[in-house]
Amino acid sequence: MNDVAIIGVGLHPFGRFDGKSAIDMGADAVQAALDDAGLQWKDMQFAVGGSWEIANPDAIVGTLGLTGLPFTNVFNACATAASATQVCADSIRVGRFDIGIAIGMDKHPRGAFTVDPTLVGMPRWYGENGQYLTTQFFGMKANKYLHDHGISQRTLAKVAAKNYRNGALNPNAFRRKPIDEDTILDSPVLNYSLTHYMFCAPDEGAAAVVMCRADMAHRFTRTPVYVRAVEIRTRRYGAYEVNTTFAPVDEDASPTVYASRAAFEAAGIAPEEVDVVQLQDTDAGAEVIHMAEAGFCADGDQEKLIAEGHTEIGGRLPVNTDGGLIANGEPIGASGLRQVHELVRQLRGEAGDRQISGTPRVGFAQLYGAPGTAAATILTT
Amino acid sequence: MPRALAPEISTWPDPDPQLLGSRCRDCEAVAFPAHRRCPRCSSRNVAETTLPRRGTLVSWTTQGFLPGPPYAGRETAATFTPFGVGLVQLDDVVRIEGRLTENDPSKLHFGMEVELTMVPIAVDDDGTETVTFAFRAV
Repeated sequence: MNDVAIIGVGLHPFGRFDGKSAIDMGADAVQAALDDAGLQWKDMQFAVGGSWEIANPDAIVGTLGLTGLPFTNVFNACATAASATQVCADSIRVGRFDIGIAIGMDKHPRGAFTVDPTLVGMPRWYGENGQYLTTQFFGMKANKYLHDHGISQRTLAKVAAKNYRNGALNPNAFRRKPIDEDTILDSPVLNYSLTHYMFCAPDEGAAAVVMCRADMAHRFTRTPVYVRAVEIRTRRYGAYEVNTTFAPVDEDASPTVYASRAAFEAAGIAPEEVDVVQLQDTDAGAEVIHMAEAGFCADGDQEKLIAEGHTEIGGRLPVNTDGGLIANGEPIGASGLRQVHELVRQLRGEAGDRQISGTPRVGFAQLYGAPGTAAATILTT
Repeated sequence: MPRALAPEISTWPDPDPQLLGSRCRDCEAVAFPAHRRCPRCSSRNVAETTLPRRGTLVSWTTQGFLPGPPYAGRETAATFTPFGVGLVQLDDVVRIEGRLTENDPSKLHFGMEVELTMVPIAVDDDGTETVTFAFRAV
């Protein structure tokens, strides 16, 4: 089995780009990643691509060059990019290829995601009843978590304010203006106790990551970052997850708990060793909850950790240093590769105004989405 | 005569309607709506069952903006009134996600007792009312 190194990362800014297709954004992200690695498209032995809005991400070869390379399309909702990362890394790990690229791109219309519930195995009445909304589940989960673990609504505002602040430091972010806590709290309640400015928005963007066999990495970069683990889990019986009509009385933990645990075990790394963290902040409550589910603190400790600034760029557990989903929005196919891009920048010491201090060695990224699917990725220098 | 949004998931128009789920004959797990296989043990040995009418509110939120298609309500963004949504534990049998008749956060409490009811969700052009299940405070 080969170890796997990331030797190039590229990002197309996230936001709204009228007149520009997702494939064109994807091609720009690929070019940026190739430039970062000092390689060309024809050097790619294989590719993996993920998108929601593009039926066939491999159509991007028409833009990048018809080299005949094998291209695998993946889709796993909000965890799509983790599937792309995993398939790309594992294809190198098992020795099938030496060098390849993972690509994510999307271009969503404005507003909350809406699709026909029957396309994901849900009864049509669930949508007709006004329940088939991911934001509604996040409101329900956050409201219960706040109640059960003594977290204040102001802490949610602090999380969102931090992410907007970090976004202001990130030239690629969608939201680049700081928003203060009171404005966040006073914005319209979308799903109690979550307000408008506590949510991310579906938007547009692309990201790409070039990987190779670790023993080749120093040919291309002085600062390889290694893919130690990518674990994906679906919901277990007992978990109350997004887009479900019912839940059992006996509770089980969320898939993020299982994916994170498996990733730490596979990497042989403990949560205490992580220097920089990317969490799925679909909403501010999700960031708070995922801190505990991923293993970085006990339930309820977030109130104090966040009040004391530990999750800020200058804190000891920096979370979503590039502004996360709240400041970047969520182009589903690209979102998790944006997380990887940010971790690589931080671990290389290239994150500019948002660079964390010291010599970070370990990065962690988590994704969560419908219908209760989570992923955890661990990168190290 | 009103019609039910989803006639197959409840005993409405019975006067005290109950939701219809499935119970696994092998492991007793209850699901809603009725599942063809048990989500806990994968058994296909499942049977339809009526669910208790009363329960407690395990969690709740509000829907503050107009849901997109295929939402059955005929409001517009301008006329939309937020509604409550809850996760209700029916006795010790199962937890059901459903609408609440109360939409005011100050009147919703964790653990409050609720019971099943049917509420209007839309009126067709010909005046036919569509009703759906919801939970109201006891």
